[in-house]
Amino acid sequence: MSRSLKKGPYIEHSLQKKVDALNDTGKKTVIKTWSRRSMISPDFVGHTFAVHNGNKFIPVFVTENMVGHRLGEFAPTRNFRGHVAKKDKKKK
Amino acid sequence: MARISGVDIPDRKRGEVSLTYIYGIGRSSARSILTKAGVDINKKVQDWTDDESTAIRNIINSEFKVEGPLKSEVQLSIKRLMDIGCYRGIRHRKGLPVRGQNTKNNARTRKGKRKTVANKKKATK
Repeated sequence: MSRSLKKGPYIEHSLQKKVDALNDTGKKTVIKTWSRRSMISPDFVGHTFAVHNGNKFIPVFVTENMVGHRLGEFAPTRNFRGHVAKKDKKKK
Repeated sequence: MARISGVDIPDRKRGEVSLTYIYGIGRSSARSILTKAGVDINKKVQDWTDDESTAIRNIINSEFKVEGPLKSEVQLSIKRLMDIGCYRGIRHRKGLPVRGQNTKNNARTRKGKRKTVANKKKATK
């Protein structure tokens, strides 16, 4: 079930404050955040976020197309490198 | 043979069913088109009068996105997902299920035919 429209999009309050501060001063610095669940709002566009993936921070540059998605969608938490070739193991 | 919005030629079936041969029209939109055109949904396509079929054609042209334009719209939205590099886009790129299904087994629709990797164990002792 989707979120009630009445509430508006969810954005972590502290994150919103940081973005607002950046927009007011017109500066562009990387914002470190753990808030993967925050929705990307139109005033995020043009900023770079360092989104935590549980291990490290993934830099995400927000473009206009990303509005409406959540920050976490751009920082994958799983890193699949392929299966190891198990050859020596099963030789008898 | 009725020909509606391009290549589709459904015939000899009830109008409600026949219209669903068009990409982008299912049972429910077929029903709404027919009621709007004032055609009985159980009437076979071959029994439609010319006036009725033009009315149906007009409704589809003006209110529905079908076939080519609809397909390209779907492709565009998939491409958008892939371009912004979000999770769903990555899954589309890799050809894996997009909506969180398990991939340990099954998921063959997305993954395609099985490609065996491990070589079979020899039956000798």
